[in-house]
Amino acid sequence: MSALDSLYQQIILEQAKARTGADLPNNQLSGEDLPAGTGQCHQLNPVCGDEITLRLETEGTGTEKKISGIHWAGDGCSISMASASILSEQIVGLGAEEFQAMIGNFREVMRSRGKLEADEEVLGDAAALSGVSKFPARVKCAMLAWVAAEDALGQTA
Amino acid sequence: MLKSADHFHDGPLTDAEVRRIRNDFPILDQEVNGKPLVYLDSGATSQKPISVMEAEQEFYEQRNSAVHRGAHTLAVAATDVFEDARATVAAFIGAAENELVWTANATAGLNLIAYSFGNASVGAVSEEARQFAVGSGDEVLVTEMEHHANLVPWQELCRRTGAGLKFIPIMEDGTLDMEAAAALFTDRTKVFAFTHVSNVTGVINPVVELTRMAHDVGALVVLDACQSAPHLALDVKALDVDFAVFSGHKMLAPTGIGALYGRAALLDAMPPFLTGGSMITTVTMDAAGYLPSPQRFEAGTQAISQAAAFATAVNYLSETGMDRVHEWEAALGQRMVAGLEAIPGIRVLGPSAGTARAGLAAFEVDGVHAHDVGQYLDAAGVAVRVGHHCAQPLHRRLGLSASTRASTYLYNTTGEVDAFLAAVAGVRPYFGITGA
Repeated sequence: MSALDSLYQQIILEQAKARTGADLPNNQLSGEDLPAGTGQCHQLNPVCGDEITLRLETEGTGTEKKISGIHWAGDGCSISMASASILSEQIVGLGAEEFQAMIGNFREVMRSRGKLEADEEVLGDAAALSGVSKFPARVKCAMLAWVAAEDALGQTA
Repeated sequence: MLKSADHFHDGPLTDAEVRRIRNDFPILDQEVNGKPLVYLDSGATSQKPISVMEAEQEFYEQRNSAVHRGAHTLAVAATDVFEDARATVAAFIGAAENELVWTANATAGLNLIAYSFGNASVGAVSEEARQFAVGSGDEVLVTEMEHHANLVPWQELCRRTGAGLKFIPIMEDGTLDMEAAAALFTDRTKVFAFTHVSNVTGVINPVVELTRMAHDVGALVVLDACQSAPHLALDVKALDVDFAVFSGHKMLAPTGIGALYGRAALLDAMPPFLTGGSMITTVTMDAAGYLPSPQRFEAGTQAISQAAAFATAVNYLSETGMDRVHEWEAALGQRMVAGLEAIPGIRVLGPSAGTARAGLAAFEVDGVHAHDVGQYLDAAGVAVRVGHHCAQPLHRRLGLSASTRASTYLYNTTGEVDAFLAAVAGVRPYFGITGA
């Protein structure tokens, strides 16, 4: 597989079109008056204009806290959109701590410049994004939704 | 010694001649991702000929010293190189030596002007500096096609002084709305800052006409020549602008050096921006007097080797012939735009093929984000710029957040343009997008 094909795997092109979770209404982008247990974050990559507003809903507290919903609105390249879509498919039902660990693992893989193999056990379909790590200029694209989700999760504490 | 290239002939440039020019640019002769490099990002920064690199090295090997101080022989030699370079670059744009100020780049030049105007607008201001003052009730006029470097400094000046910021809108084809422009020049207009050539649409603005409109209402005219000085014969006197800025690195010179042109009478009356060493006459513990232009605006040790190499770069351009460079690039640009227009799903920003434009083309690929387009082209060895090209308002006006831009220079061949077009044709099929 060429480096380009490993970057743009079929699942990524499909997810970029599917945009699972991209249902945050336009009138809720400001993130005002969020209910308890809900966080929202806007992330912008000023280099390319990729943009996402991501809302995370949680249930329970402390070690019992779980992700109960994810909604986002955004625009950007196939990598950033596929990443947000894959994230949305995978994290509902995950424990907050488990999700935090997943973000950490994903970040480590992304920053490895292709040296770390993604563990599908930990990352699921997001492992397909590991080809991005060989393209340092695109790592931010892949991280955009994850950084937003991490920030949103922090707001639910 | 500086190389005297063997490619200087009369008549239009040809592919054969450009192939000889390419011998002076060793970086172009390489493979990227297994494909011959096709460098179409000169609008961002140009490549450098051997003679320019040698000029910088020669300065450090033989003449390196501080300029305008010290009595020793090397200091004199370095000062001569530095000032000869100034004369060369000044002559390149039709200016006098004392009208050319070294800056780090065009952005630094525009900030220098905006901050100097700001310094003339607040606190105790001399009589001669009042002509640069802006304040409440005054307006700074720009255009909707500006690079952020010629927009944000003016936003900041207006914020600091209370002046209003207005802009001339663009038409669908990227050209300025001249009817709207006519109504925007009023006696409130104190500054008119605009680009000569758009870095996105390739539109070449009617500088003489716009400058006349600005002068008719008594406004000072600032020209962003960043995308014109490298590509066409520039004569600031014929254009009649009051200030102009450009960057060396976009015209074969190193990074870290650029220039600001200003009419001598204006520069000598304008308050300085950066102050400190090398720009003063007498300093007491309370106050300082300032040298006339250009030293007035050159506080601190300057980019001396870069200035020397900048002169070598403009000599390279002059010897090739700026009219020939412009014609060649315009032809490449037309070939690019016509080729892009023939590919399904491609929308070129700015004037269509057959209309005058600079040798670049920014475009949108229906269904594929610019970042993905750039990645695909890179895999084909083609280097282009993706994003908003530091012109967000222009992209927003055209209904986009990003585009892909291919920009040519004197070292690009028609074969490279064709390789680029062939690669672009493969983008939508690769990403599984069909239809026109």
